[in-house]
Amino acid sequence: MPAKRRRWLTLIGLLGPAYLWLLVMGFVPLFIMLYFSFLSDVPLGSREVYLTLENYTRFFSKSFYSKLTLDSLLMGAYTTLGCLIFGYPLAYALAKAVKGRWQAALFLLIIIPFWSNSLVRLYSWIIVLRNDGLLDLALEALGIRTDSGLLFTYPAIIIGLIHAYLPYMVLTIYIALDRIDDSLLDAAASLGARPLRTFTRVVFPLSLSGVISGVILVFIPAIGSFVEPRLLGGPAGTMLGTVIEDQFVQVFNWPLGAALSFILLVIVLAIMGISARVLAPSAGRLSR
Amino acid sequence: MGRTTRLMAYVYIALALIFLYAPVLVMMLMAFNRSQLNELPIEFDLVWFRALMHNERLIQATINSVVLAIASALTATLTGTLAAMALSRYTFKGKGLLQIMLIPPITIPWLILAVAMLLMFFWLGVQRSLLTLYLGHVTIQLPYTILVVGARFAGTDPSLEEAATSLGAKPWRTFWRVTFPLVLPGIMAAALFAFTVSFDNFVISYFLAPPGVSTLPVEIYSAIRKGFTPEINAVSTIVFFISATSVLLVGREISFA
Repeated sequence: MPAKRRRWLTLIGLLGPAYLWLLVMGFVPLFIMLYFSFLSDVPLGSREVYLTLENYTRFFSKSFYSKLTLDSLLMGAYTTLGCLIFGYPLAYALAKAVKGRWQAALFLLIIIPFWSNSLVRLYSWIIVLRNDGLLDLALEALGIRTDSGLLFTYPAIIIGLIHAYLPYMVLTIYIALDRIDDSLLDAAASLGARPLRTFTRVVFPLSLSGVISGVILVFIPAIGSFVEPRLLGGPAGTMLGTVIEDQFVQVFNWPLGAALSFILLVIVLAIMGISARVLAPSAGRLSR
Repeated sequence: MGRTTRLMAYVYIALALIFLYAPVLVMMLMAFNRSQLNELPIEFDLVWFRALMHNERLIQATINSVVLAIASALTATLTGTLAAMALSRYTFKGKGLLQIMLIPPITIPWLILAVAMLLMFFWLGVQRSLLTLYLGHVTIQLPYTILVVGARFAGTDPSLEEAATSLGAKPWRTFWRVTFPLVLPGIMAAALFAFTVSFDNFVISYFLAPPGVSTLPVEIYSAIRKGFTPEINAVSTIVFFISATSVLLVGREISFA
């Protein structure tokens, strides 16, 4: 067998199984979903089904859906902001204040809670946040008598989401910060820069790639989340994700659910497209 | 960095750890609490661990989860390792595209992928079963296993393989005696990661599981919505300890290797 042909056969043998799987189970379904989003009804039995734009015109004509989209984007934005505000100092403390073996140990400590089931963690937040829950009891012990009444409110959703996605933010920022050579900081200091100036002019710009990756890794899943708003949000928890879930498990309006999913997909792809330039180098680093 | 700043950093890390661990501690406390409605103060009791042993539904769901996670992790690790080898040891046209193809399955919300898979199975007339769950789980594991094993391949020096070949080793021998031992820690890490992705996955299972078949996360979701969870806390506590220990053990193996 000629060497060239043999090389191609090897390549196909190695890549074929994984990529065929990804193609058939990952990419093809998205096109089938697109097809379903143009149907008038679920094609079951002898039902008359025709192609229509109705699911999309419904989305763009009813203010309910534009508000829903805005709410979901805002939910993602608040979550991302929260993760950034709490996660950056944590990553910074880990990368620059902790040294040697402790760094690895603390890192493991941060990741371990995420080996418990994510739904159970959410449920624990219900026990913490509900009236007379653990939060109220803790506040009472401090002498503050209150019904915080946080459960089934918007802030409860954000707390649950921040808790779920904080590690992603910490991880990406930590990797970027860890790569900064400490001698750069010494150089800035010896040239007379105060710590704050060193941070704003040297450290932060150098960590920006990590910040942006973290923002994308948190924002995208947060706008598509449905479990957190469903379980923690009560009436405040109507989001794109929960409405999509309803179409598939309650209302059985699959075409509308497909259309909403496709709109969410377009939003996600747009964000990925905008950020591709920033993300591409880091993804390349991962695989090569 | 000054002493006070360092101290502040330690305090901040401690506070963050409290925030991250609060729900896990609550879960464990409630597992040992007699009250069915997770009421406080806590009265210590093992009643929910005992009840667990008779909860056939929950046991069956846990078995389903374990079987599914093992089967899908093995498949995703094997096929992912082959693909990672091709991506890191060969240069060919379209390689960049193949690498980019790994990003969407990771970044697109699983809700969208789950719904799309559900529609495809419906359209093809495929009945939902444990098999469709398996097909779905491997799909979301594959990009991770390819990336993790790929990173390990990238970290090993190809000149070692070249040396083996130039000393007369046949390709298979080179693979088994040189390449494989070098990338083994990466393969193990990938398998562990894939297992966790499947075992903890709720969204894909929720949409692809047929009525009557469920996994642990699906069972937990329905229990939470019904508002009855003490046995869930108990089973989650057990699972948490098993997975945390295995992570610590395997993590150590991998970092030593």
